[in-house]
Amino acid sequence: MEIRRDVFQAIADPTRRIILSLIAIHPMTPNALAEHFETSRQAVSKHIKILTECQLIKQEQSGRENYYHFNANKMKEVADWLDPFRKMWEDKFDRLDNILNDLK
Amino acid sequence: MKSNNKTEIIAVQGKQELFIIREFDAPRDLVFKAFSDKDILVKWIGPRELKTRYEKFEPYAGGSYRYLQSFPGGMEFGYHGVCHEHTSPERVINTFEFEGLPEKGHVVLETARFEELPNSRTRVTVQSVFQSVMDRDAMIQAGMERGVLDSHIKLDEILAELILK
Repeated sequence: MEIRRDVFQAIADPTRRIILSLIAIHPMTPNALAEHFETSRQAVSKHIKILTECQLIKQEQSGRENYYHFNANKMKEVADWLDPFRKMWEDKFDRLDNILNDLK
Repeated sequence: MKSNNKTEIIAVQGKQELFIIREFDAPRDLVFKAFSDKDILVKWIGPRELKTRYEKFEPYAGGSYRYLQSFPGGMEFGYHGVCHEHTSPERVINTFEFEGLPEKGHVVLETARFEELPNSRTRVTVQSVFQSVMDRDAMIQAGMERGVLDSHIKLDEILAELILK
């Protein structure tokens, strides 16, 4: 089975959402990032790997350090984040349409 | 039959409010009723797969409400708030709090406006004002997680079908 590598897979995990929020505010080195988590460095690296594969983060060398950057364009490009929220409401309102039809 | 009315969500980045806008092919009185009658609300307010019931519903200034949504396994989530105004047929204002959050006090101020359109149609505009941008984005993200959940449910259905074949 092909592993899903899209924005939904990326954000389905709470740790990955925190990683994204952190680096969205400020680019971070792997060490600085790992300090925010109680889980092992390996676990954080695994999440980083998935996020990189989803192209939501990219690494950039700055001096001797590697920094993780948030790829906002990809987030926009891959999925309009409002869409599932909108679909949820659409689903409710479609049911309301039927109810209103019955009431008329 | 599915209508052609589209749901529009406006959530400007960095703001602590969002708007949900939708038109209905029904007169304003009726749409207002669907938003202020608990027997009708339970039929559409929750996600399709969850059962919704009202413990309390007092749609008038100073009243309050609480409803619960139950998962198939029996787990229940509560939502409650205070009714500030139920002005038929144009406006509903209330507070809203989801009880399933890790921390109490994340309250939303909701205003629903009902606008009369030609040909007995109605436009509903719901404005939700959150305490912070983070609160608002978390709410949108909850919808996003539901999107993920829905796609998983669909995948389960497809897999189940394949297995039966």
